[in-house]
Amino acid sequence: MSILFGKLTLAALPHEWFTIAGTIFITIMGIAVVAFLTHKKLWKWLWKEWLTSTDPKKIGIMYIIVASLMLFRGAIDAGMIWLQQSLSVGVSNGYISPNHFQQIFTAHGDIMIFFVTMGFLAGLWNLILPLQIGSRDVAFPFLNTLSLWLYIAGAIFVNLFFVLGGEFAATGWLALPPLSELQFSPGVGVDYWIWSLQISGLGTLLGGINFLVTILKMRAPGMTLMKMPMFVWTSLCSMVLVVSIFPILAATIALLTLDRFMGMHFFTTSFGGNPMMYISLIWSWGHPEVYVLILPAYGIYSEIVATFSQKRLSGYGSVVAGSIGITLLALLVWLHHFFTMGAGADVNAFFGIMTMFITVPTAALVFNWLATMYKGRIRFFTPMDWFVGFVFTFTLGGMAGVLMGIPGVDFQVHNTLYLVAHFHTMIIGGALFGIFAGITYWFPKATGFTLNERLGRYAFWCWIIGFFASFVPLYILGFMGATRRLDHYEASTGWQPLFIVAGVGLIIIACGALFQVLQIIVSIKQRKQNIDKTGDPWNGRTLEWAIPSPPPVYNFAIIPKVTERDQFWADKASKQTAKQVYEDIHMPKNTALGIYTSGFIFLFGFAMVWHIVWLAIVGLLGAISCVIIRSFDEDTEYVIPADEVAKMEAERKSFYG
Amino acid sequence: MKTKTKIAAIILPAVLLFFLLFLLAGHSNWSLLNPKGPIAQQERNLMVVGISLMLIVVVPVFILLFTFAFKYREGNKAKYAPNQRHSTKFQLLLWAIPTVIILILAVINWKSTHQLDPFKPLISNVKPITIQVVSLPWKWLFIYPEQNIATVNFVEFPQTTPVNFQLTSDAAMNSFWIPQLGGQMYAMAGMSTQLHLMASAPGSFAGSAAEISGQGFSGMKFTAKAVTNSDFDSWVKSVQARRTPLGLAEYNKLAAPSSNNPPAFYSSTDKNLYNNIIMKYMMPTQGIQ
Repeated sequence: MSILFGKLTLAALPHEWFTIAGTIFITIMGIAVVAFLTHKKLWKWLWKEWLTSTDPKKIGIMYIIVASLMLFRGAIDAGMIWLQQSLSVGVSNGYISPNHFQQIFTAHGDIMIFFVTMGFLAGLWNLILPLQIGSRDVAFPFLNTLSLWLYIAGAIFVNLFFVLGGEFAATGWLALPPLSELQFSPGVGVDYWIWSLQISGLGTLLGGINFLVTILKMRAPGMTLMKMPMFVWTSLCSMVLVVSIFPILAATIALLTLDRFMGMHFFTTSFGGNPMMYISLIWSWGHPEVYVLILPAYGIYSEIVATFSQKRLSGYGSVVAGSIGITLLALLVWLHHFFTMGAGADVNAFFGIMTMFITVPTAALVFNWLATMYKGRIRFFTPMDWFVGFVFTFTLGGMAGVLMGIPGVDFQVHNTLYLVAHFHTMIIGGALFGIFAGITYWFPKATGFTLNERLGRYAFWCWIIGFFASFVPLYILGFMGATRRLDHYEASTGWQPLFIVAGVGLIIIACGALFQVLQIIVSIKQRKQNIDKTGDPWNGRTLEWAIPSPPPVYNFAIIPKVTERDQFWADKASKQTAKQVYEDIHMPKNTALGIYTSGFIFLFGFAMVWHIVWLAIVGLLGAISCVIIRSFDEDTEYVIPADEVAKMEAERKSFYG
Repeated sequence: MKTKTKIAAIILPAVLLFFLLFLLAGHSNWSLLNPKGPIAQQERNLMVVGISLMLIVVVPVFILLFTFAFKYREGNKAKYAPNQRHSTKFQLLLWAIPTVIILILAVINWKSTHQLDPFKPLISNVKPITIQVVSLPWKWLFIYPEQNIATVNFVEFPQTTPVNFQLTSDAAMNSFWIPQLGGQMYAMAGMSTQLHLMASAPGSFAGSAAEISGQGFSGMKFTAKAVTNSDFDSWVKSVQARRTPLGLAEYNKLAAPSSNNPPAFYSSTDKNLYNNIIMKYMMPTQGIQ
């Protein structure tokens, strides 16, 4: 090992077909982007207006763009998994090696959870939460840009192995030891896994703290907890979970790092190490994490069903209680991920029953959504389509899940494709559909024009049909005894036709995704026709619809006073217009320190992967210095004078009529 | 009209798809629904009971969802009550229905979990047989301490006799599974877990490794064969008659990584092999690498 380069040698350069292909793809895309930006002279604009921005609306859009790119990346993995499983039967060994196959599903899982679902949600939180609580900003603008850049650093990390190292973890998405220990995974794959999760996880934790404080401290006057929109409530629940569980993830991965980096024995099989400890710890993060993803989606659905039924949400108190109940129960069920690890019947039964009890608050939510539709006047725009599709899909997936809450049943379906189908039903049919619904719903707020409905509907139908075609075969395969993560199986099992059907489903889903891309392109081209001059295209109920689309940098020229739960709906009914008295507005300045801090942390992670001690020290000191510099900077705000605000508001009025 | 088409568009393809898949799958291949032993049988029954109970809630949800979506769509001009509030009684009912069903399921859960505890020996008049299982990279080693023989990727035992599997691993963690006989149990290094199964009739059942344990794990398949008592005795004798003992040197060779191993049979083995494999992770053990 050299002092200068650690374990990094020329052998780390790409030499297998997939790393070469990945590197070439990354290089071409990189060159194309750089050439475009240079040609159009957009560098300065990009840096000043976007990359260093502390405006949550811009940060939100950047999150969503990165998450979309990662969705593309994760989807390619899904396609590769399917192709191998359709081909590799009997005498054929498919087109990739077992080890490569294992790297692909590991990356697929991590990317879809950490960089797609979490990324989209962080985007929606940034875009919408401050607007819904009548705030001009988040509590900690610097933390917000730092969170974004840590997320992006993690996203780069998860792809970096293409260029240097040539392997990702081949362990499954949670890198369970002892398989992830040096003894069984000596390469840098697991280290890349460790640092991509550790860095993006830090970003998530900081984001969780930021939005928790934002919701608790920055609501418009009069907005008591029980007057908050449902999306704010469920996001608050989600944040409570984030700050409770992400420290567990960080600590667990840190202990694994010590095992791998320093030769310690926390989770090895020998010298007193115990892999079961890791499994228990990682799932006490991992199960609540599912609810971190799904709770905000519940909130989105609650907003959408009320808006498009043109009716107040049924049983608000009940829905809030249900969300809190889910939050608490979410922390008490993690052991159901390892009923088969040999805990006694008392322990298994306790966690099994807790798992099933999550159904009760969830059912209360579903019933109240249905009650909201009852005697409503439902307008079927695409967000509402996604909602109906969600209830259908999610209820089935929930049933599949409760079934696994019975340990006796779990023993039979654990680690099978039934389980794989179940969690895809929850994450795609629950969280991802919610994200798509939310993006369609709030798109006009963020951009000022609505999305093309027809293409959106095509996308919806492709997704839902493709979803069932893809995952019903997996449920059946589970019943046929097919375990997950198989790179090869025998022809006599009779599984191949079902894998092929699943692949057809995947192609249909891909068409759906294609329609979504088309939808964005067409909508941008037709933005003049679809312009939203009112700021309220759906006849909305909550405060974000009270301001113009896209909102001015300060969101609210005058901070609203809240007296009602659906404040904007009530305002529209009473037709009162508040007196327009403007005041000076303080806004955070942009800062590049978030990028620099994250850059140093990235260097630190990179150095830890390759055991380059000096670079790790540089990275760590650099990151700490950046934060110290920021904390001594007292010039972090600028003022928009009252008459400037008045002028901007008047300009807007004349533009929109 | 539009909504009607929509409902048809969801339900029709779904029904067709299920039908098609049933045809494709061929019912006999559904190992979880074709149990061949009492444990798997009870586990299958649990699934059926669980699904039936949940359908009590799920079916009405679907009916209400599509009825409301159809009836209260904007074009239909059904009754519109934008400010309707629901009574507390209504909310209590919403919470009570699932609570009752889950309480019933909870009782079933508690009872069945204790009944089906994999560590619990099966009650039977027949003397059980003990088989020690070691997960190796990437094959299963079966040790018969009473018969003093060992096998790889093949396990045979008498029918209607309780089989006490003791499980450990001499590598990464794994999960031992014979779907038609009953659920899984993890095999972990330095530990011994237990799994009690029984076959009701003679037959060959597929067995697999359900937890990823490295490159070759998908080839870690074995056959579990249940036979009559006399067939079992003569099979044991035939294995004992081979001149292929499993000494330490052979074991160490076997424990080295290799994929897709064919079944192998060992005429004798060290009585303490299983314990030594476990103890290796506690303290240095003689001979085992």
